Amino acid sequence: MAARFVSLLTLLGFWAVAAHFGDPRRFPGPLEVSAAIGRAVQSGELFAAMTVTMARVVAAFVLAMAAGVAIGYAMGRSPFVNELADPWIVVLLNLPALVIIVLLYIWVGLNETAAIAAVALNKLPNATVTIREGARALDPGLDEMARLFAFSRWKRLRHVEAPQLAPYFAAAARTGLSLVWKIVLVVELLGRPNGVGFEINMAFQLFDVSLLLAYALPFAAAMLLIEALVVQPFERHVSRWRPRAA
Amino acid sequence: MSRAGARAPLDVHIAKKRLTSASGRTIDVICGLALRLDAGQVGALIGPSGCGKTTLLRIVAGLDEQFEGAVKRPAGKLSMGFQEPRLLPWRSVEDNIRLAAPDIGDNDLRSLLEALGLAQHRSHFPGELSLGLARRVALARAFAVKPDVLLLDEPFVSLDAPLALAMQRELAGLVKERAITTVLVTHDVSQAVRLADRIFVLSPRPARVISEIRVESPRAAMSDEETRALKAGVEALLAPQHASDEAGDETGRR
Repeated sequence: MAARFVSLLTLLGFWAVAAHFGDPRRFPGPLEVSAAIGRAVQSGELFAAMTVTMARVVAAFVLAMAAGVAIGYAMGRSPFVNELADPWIVVLLNLPALVIIVLLYIWVGLNETAAIAAVALNKLPNATVTIREGARALDPGLDEMARLFAFSRWKRLRHVEAPQLAPYFAAAARTGLSLVWKIVLVVELLGRPNGVGFEINMAFQLFDVSLLLAYALPFAAAMLLIEALVVQPFERHVSRWRPRAA
Repeated sequence: MSRAGARAPLDVHIAKKRLTSASGRTIDVICGLALRLDAGQVGALIGPSGCGKTTLLRIVAGLDEQFEGAVKRPAGKLSMGFQEPRLLPWRSVEDNIRLAAPDIGDNDLRSLLEALGLAQHRSHFPGELSLGLARRVALARAFAVKPDVLLLDEPFVSLDAPLALAMQRELAGLVKERAITTVLVTHDVSQAVRLADRIFVLSPRPARVISEIRVESPRAAMSDEETRALKAGVEALLAPQHASDEAGDETGRR
């Protein structure tokens, strides 16, 4: 923990020193960026942009995870469904995020539906593949035990299968969240009139790096915080019964 | 549940059971096997390892329906102790039992846990238990559902000898007290002799019953000599080179 802190301070130090010798407009130091963050906070624009972006992240994330769990589970349990859906998943996995975004903007229009669908579609295949892995790894012995003791469908899902899938779900959620928030910024930059990605585009047009970092850094920090305070504790919680969980 | 139905015999007839091996070959695992147990009787299945005992048990349990033949089970509850404990690792000992047996009362649960020496492990998770303890939890779960038919797949392996004996005594007590029709898969001849009313000696694969031995009841009346003779008889049957010669001698021994 201490080493991390020192390492982070060193980074800030390098940044300050480098900025001191560089062009302040193209390469502002930590102080200039903090001042820009202060202005963005005071005007209320940072908060507004982050709220909008966060809402898109949540919507796309929930959509992608819900669909990914349903499709991945079905594919993992049924070889037939797997045969049917696998080519689609492979295509989606290999389609560049940018292509999906641009196509959806063209087909659906420059609107919220297209934006969120594009992000969700980018996340969907890897959530699906992770959950499919989990569904394939379900312990057949426990399944048999549940059948023998006449567990109902719901009881089996809740007490036997969900706990086995939970670590896969947590892994999909963790990688998913970091993917989703990065893609949301691209979607906003390309076709939304608000949000952190839009503000970054503005800063780009103005060649204002302080402004750009003033939006990018707080948002990245917020996502890190969510990861540390929500996603990681959830992951630990679902694996708590493992006797030697690291 | 109709008690009359639950008092019906367990009747197993398997004409043929095939399995496909990983290499794609089909193997006859069981061929022409028939056995019958009256209500409340304990039958031990004994045979060389890999002869298909576990497959047979799964068929009797209704977990495997891909076979030629018929299994008539008495009505009522079926329970099974698998070869591995198969406990839910994310649930405590108590929850594992209660999930399988939602109707069990607090007193019944307590006395069952005490009988199997699990009282102080009630709130432990399976990962905190030794294999021997986990197997006892699995046995407790199998009993907790108050079965009419109980199938046990090598329930006492990996328990040390004195503990295995104690568990066997416990099992014998519970099974007799509740008149549970029990099928016990084992490779331990003394265990079979100690617990069973009928011993079914199975042939190597494809399995069939090569000998059905009645064990004198009540067992306590058997002299040590009789017990030894019975054991020797079963062991002789299991030795492959003698299987055919001595089967006749030992069949139907009283």
